[in-house]
Amino acid sequence: MKQYIYYPGCSLEGSAKEYDAATRAFLSLMAVELVELDDWTCCGATAAAAQSRLLSLVLPARNLALAEKTAPGADILVPCSACYLNLKQAWHAAESDPAVLAQLNAVLAEEGLVLTGGNAVRHLLDVLTTDIGAARLAASVSRPLEGLTIAPYYGCQCLRPFIVFDDPETPVSMEGLISACGADVYRWAMGPICCGASHMNTKMDVGLALSGAILQAAEGADAIVTVCPMCQMNLEAYQHKLSRRHGRSLERTVIYLPQLLGLAAGLSEKAVGLDLNLAVTNAFRSKLQGGDNALAAAG
Amino acid sequence: MHLLTEVKTMLQACIQCGTCSGSCPNGFAMDFTPRHLWRLVAMDQTDEIFASQTFMLCSSCYYCTLRCPRGLPLTDAMAALKRAAESSGVRVHRKDLLFYNCFMESVRRHGRVREMEFMTLYFTGRKNPLLPFRFAGLGLKLMARGKVSLQVPTRGSRKLDPLFNKVREMEAQSIQSSNR
Repeated sequence: MKQYIYYPGCSLEGSAKEYDAATRAFLSLMAVELVELDDWTCCGATAAAAQSRLLSLVLPARNLALAEKTAPGADILVPCSACYLNLKQAWHAAESDPAVLAQLNAVLAEEGLVLTGGNAVRHLLDVLTTDIGAARLAASVSRPLEGLTIAPYYGCQCLRPFIVFDDPETPVSMEGLISACGADVYRWAMGPICCGASHMNTKMDVGLALSGAILQAAEGADAIVTVCPMCQMNLEAYQHKLSRRHGRSLERTVIYLPQLLGLAAGLSEKAVGLDLNLAVTNAFRSKLQGGDNALAAAG
Repeated sequence: MHLLTEVKTMLQACIQCGTCSGSCPNGFAMDFTPRHLWRLVAMDQTDEIFASQTFMLCSSCYYCTLRCPRGLPLTDAMAALKRAAESSGVRVHRKDLLFYNCFMESVRRHGRVREMEFMTLYFTGRKNPLLPFRFAGLGLKLMARGKVSLQVPTRGSRKLDPLFNKVREMEAQSIQSSNR
């Protein structure tokens, strides 16, 4: 059984509870063990960098140092793209400049922590596609999602600036996973395009323009799948407002990738937290359940 | 230390090619394009820079950083300008900076951000009684699903105080030594 240190991040305790539930449930089905990092704290999101560069490195570094103390050398699995980038960036800054590493350790000493590195930071999508892979997923699919067309939405920070497991301009890592579920991949160019991030709170019109363009382009897909709580929120939470603005329905099903994979692998809608999502259309639900009927009829 | 020193160093090798401007998803809403902003930085046009919305419109998508033919950390430069705007004390960006500050305040109090507390701090700081209604529908949906609950801001355990204080102390020292 492969083990990872699990860093859920703040959103997965609140607005993205279903992302946490589905990630844990699906990975346990794939015989992956997650050990949640004890006493983890916020990575600083984009807010810390707007206040202080040192603080924006210290906050993720605290978690890296905790991981190092808990399980030296173990991979840290992170489902949130912003947390992933911050954790990665902190180690990158420390590794490429000994003065930064010394500064970070001077601050971490306040808590008796030391950072020396050695724990790789891995995005959930990287683990799903690289460590588990489409073949193993396909072998565990008990409810093929035939007849569903799924739009892969990657967002930004799991792809850029660090080029790790996918092409940062034309990503494909989700396609094999979606196909392994028995679903069709929706062809579009919006996969790696920005959702508007925190603009939705401070510059709403700009945020709505970006997320609206993505929802519009997904016309014809049965669902959009995401791998980041902020992307998910921006795409699911403002659909009514956007539909009014555009003068036509932009209601789309938006779910997290591990929810989709979990459903295909036979987990119940409840187990993957499907009742917690803000935007799951009736059409999507009945197609899902239709799949069950077809399966029952065939069986 | 001059407010623009950090970002000027980051941008020293800029060749004004405009790849950043062509790559920016928020360019349509900006007063200056990113390329134009870098030029203003090189020319020390502090007033124009801090009056601009451009750096506050950066959503950290990292397209410019990825594509810059000079390999410059352009997204980091935008963040550096947000910090410089905070230190400059200009009022134009008050509400954006307030958003970041309320987020960090919740983190400082509890170690993890509490989404509802953070938004409550932000609404209180904005002093716009109508603003919360823009988000009320979403808040109710999240509450109905048990994802968030009403959180009156509390003092919290302040577990990260030692780290925050040490960061502040080290930054104050480095400003002092660069002024000497």
